[in-house]
Amino acid sequence: MMFNLKKTLLAAAVALTANTAMAATELTVYTALEADQLKSYAKAFESANPDIKIRWVRDSTGIITARLLAEKENPQADAILGVAATSLLVLKGQDMLQPYKPTGVEKLSTQFVDKDETPSWVGMDAWVASICYNRIEAEKHELPMPTSWKDLTKPVYQGHLVMPNPNSSGTGFLDVSSWLQTFGEAEGWQFMDNLHQNIDRYTHSGSKPCKMAAAGETPIGISFAYRAAKLINKGAPIDLAFPSEGLGWDMEAAAIVKGTNKAEAAQKLMDWAVTRDANSLYNENFAVVAMPGVAKPVKNYPVDIAERMIDNDFEWAAENRERILKEWQQRYDGKSEPKN
Amino acid sequence: MPATLSIACKRGLDTEAWLQRLVLAAGVLFLVLTLLAPLLTMLVKSVQNRDGVFIGLSNFIDYFGNPALTDSILNSLTVAFWTTTIVISIAFVFAYALTRSGMAGKKGFRLLSMLPLFAPSLLPALSMIYLFGNQGILKDWLPFESIYGSAGIVMGLSFWAFPHALMILITAFSNSDARLYEAAKSMKTPPWRVFLTVTLPSVRYGLINTIFVIFTLTITDFGVAKVIGGQYNVLATDIYKQVVGQQNFQMGAVVSVVLLLPALVSFIVERRVQRHQSAQLSARAVPLQPQKAPLRDALLTGFCTLVCGFLLLVIGMAIYASFITFWPYNMALSLNNYRFDMMDGGGWASYFNSLQMSAWTALIGTAVVFLIAYMNEKIKPMPMVRRVLQLLAMLPMAVPGIVLGLAYIFFFNHPQNPLNLMYGTMAILVLNTLVHFYTVCHLTAVTSLKQIDGEFEAVSASLKVPFYTTLRRVTLPLALPAVLDISVYLFVNAMTTVSAVVFLYSADTTLASVAVMHMDEAGDIAPAAAMAVLLMVTSMVAKLLHWLVSHKILLHTQRWRKL
Repeated sequence: MMFNLKKTLLAAAVALTANTAMAATELTVYTALEADQLKSYAKAFESANPDIKIRWVRDSTGIITARLLAEKENPQADAILGVAATSLLVLKGQDMLQPYKPTGVEKLSTQFVDKDETPSWVGMDAWVASICYNRIEAEKHELPMPTSWKDLTKPVYQGHLVMPNPNSSGTGFLDVSSWLQTFGEAEGWQFMDNLHQNIDRYTHSGSKPCKMAAAGETPIGISFAYRAAKLINKGAPIDLAFPSEGLGWDMEAAAIVKGTNKAEAAQKLMDWAVTRDANSLYNENFAVVAMPGVAKPVKNYPVDIAERMIDNDFEWAAENRERILKEWQQRYDGKSEPKN
Repeated sequence: MPATLSIACKRGLDTEAWLQRLVLAAGVLFLVLTLLAPLLTMLVKSVQNRDGVFIGLSNFIDYFGNPALTDSILNSLTVAFWTTTIVISIAFVFAYALTRSGMAGKKGFRLLSMLPLFAPSLLPALSMIYLFGNQGILKDWLPFESIYGSAGIVMGLSFWAFPHALMILITAFSNSDARLYEAAKSMKTPPWRVFLTVTLPSVRYGLINTIFVIFTLTITDFGVAKVIGGQYNVLATDIYKQVVGQQNFQMGAVVSVVLLLPALVSFIVERRVQRHQSAQLSARAVPLQPQKAPLRDALLTGFCTLVCGFLLLVIGMAIYASFITFWPYNMALSLNNYRFDMMDGGGWASYFNSLQMSAWTALIGTAVVFLIAYMNEKIKPMPMVRRVLQLLAMLPMAVPGIVLGLAYIFFFNHPQNPLNLMYGTMAILVLNTLVHFYTVCHLTAVTSLKQIDGEFEAVSASLKVPFYTTLRRVTLPLALPAVLDISVYLFVNAMTTVSAVVFLYSADTTLASVAVMHMDEAGDIAPAAAMAVLLMVTSMVAKLLHWLVSHKILLHTQRWRKL
């Protein structure tokens, strides 16, 4: 009996040590990728690097950014994958990123890579603003398809628009930043003042306006093209509208957090993020990816989307991010429901 | 030989007294560390800046200078006022029907009326979207412009708070004195006057009590407002926005203090009212036997049917919607929404985390609560310490979940706190949930212990039986129903709570109730409803098991009650 117990314990001990020996390095990666992308990205990376396991911490862009900034003195993340380049530029400005030149980074388009000799971040793909337009609901309310951003300020749309809150959503921020760049500061804020009159609700995430449009909760949601394409594939009665003034966009990007004690594993993640395989994976969701020549047309995604994207000044957006968000919040957040 | 025996006995007693004091002290220390210290840390944070420097009331001046934030105070009060009014009116008639009428089917009505207790508060909010949202099946019945905002919050909260109000009012109505009614009858007092002069006064304390309980519950609610509030901000959602959205912990602490005030006031008033109530019913009172009155009973049956119909509608809607493939354009039934791994919030793993967290809370919580209540009730030494303990045990009732959660971040994530090892683990979730729901458990344990004659302890002591043997062999078996009640109460609440744990989970300890909220944030309303339904069903199963077990055990241990 005693002997048996000893044997069992011994076996257990062996099993335990064996487990630890085989246990992979756990890499804590902060991300704002969509939940339905996380699995496939982790799977692809882990099968290429079986000794590393990704531990995702996911939230909306604004929240992940705020969290990284709050943890500045005592960083919890080892690496960042799939967070807006504007946010990473802010982190870079705070000296929170560890520069690293991933193997094969030269194959990416230069605009997708940090300009420094040893880049602090590398881009993955571009996600692009667009308008989700529910044709069934729009018909009920007799709402024409908007063809420009300015269209959205027309009284006919009052109470029928939903857009993401830029303080929490990266998509919300790229909208606001692109309007300020396209229209100029003064006209941009004036445009948003008018738009605010028509907005029914500001949402936490950038996906939600399009999901709401897809479910008919709102006729029109300001969101991004990837989410719209996915929902159309699912059978949602929505069309994409591309405003004529141009589409705001941002890059999803990756970086290593300064101070991580898992630098080697983090570097492997960066190396993987610039590979052709990874870029093909991004292409399943995004039409514009960092590596030229990889992108194939995405189903229900406009072919000419690259031409519609504005000439985005990321440096400006990053430098002014805090000021813009504060101004936005003072103007539009926290107001009680818009009166219909 | 006799000398050694008596020494041994004495030593045994000494050890025992020492042990009792130790447990009492540990109980106080436990509540100080898990409740008082975190709250004090939060108070300190509210008068500091981001770098931890004392800045006086400057945060509060900022807060009150920002109308976007202070608007929420009025919003919170408005929502709490309307919900309290609606819930109390309905629960009052419902409780009257259950206790004072000759209506048939009382058991069934009572059972149905308790259903909301098993649902996370997010569930009614999600249901409201499907019932009265822009694609809601009953949208045209809605007398308001939109369900998003105060109307939705009030409706969702009314559903959720109803059983809480009902339970207190049923107790209040049960304490009736038939002699007063007989007197009224012999004086030919008209029924409306009997109601005003006999019935109403006899329940007035219960009524006041209910008002404060419901007001506290609704003003501190987070889940309903989060889902269906739209642009209508309330204090609890402001705390979340400040802390999670902007990582502005100081402002979060300020709003917490603001939210803590009405809850504390209502807590103190409620305590005072309760003190009066105990003396109200004299020992000579004769319980009232409800009489049949066809017209009144028919009306009341209609009313109760309507109320229960609404409760079932809300629950049924969530269940139905969770099986719809793509509302409202593809109404085919499917299990797609239960594929949580494709959604935000941690997937199926969070469901199993919730199960684990609830089981631990029920297990450890019941032991801790019962032991502390026992020491407080049955042990005589250290009266001051016991009074402090009693007060500390009542306090959690007044602390809103979201405030407690934030206080836990400040206290347990402090680099100098040796307890910070717990941060981000399952243990802190268990601890937080236990403390959040401590008061009701404590009261349940104390009430049941009071029913057990103190002579047991006295006799055991004179027979030199150590108290832990009495506890194990006499008191615990006698109080078993209460112990089971506490454990299932903790389990169900741990499954469904959102507010306190929303700040405390980590990537490895995501919880299902929080996942419901995250899925809703991402716009995946149907999967959110599916997870909420799953939580509700799990809680119901737990309750059913509890009923079966207690039924069986009661047959064995509780026969004395019938004698």
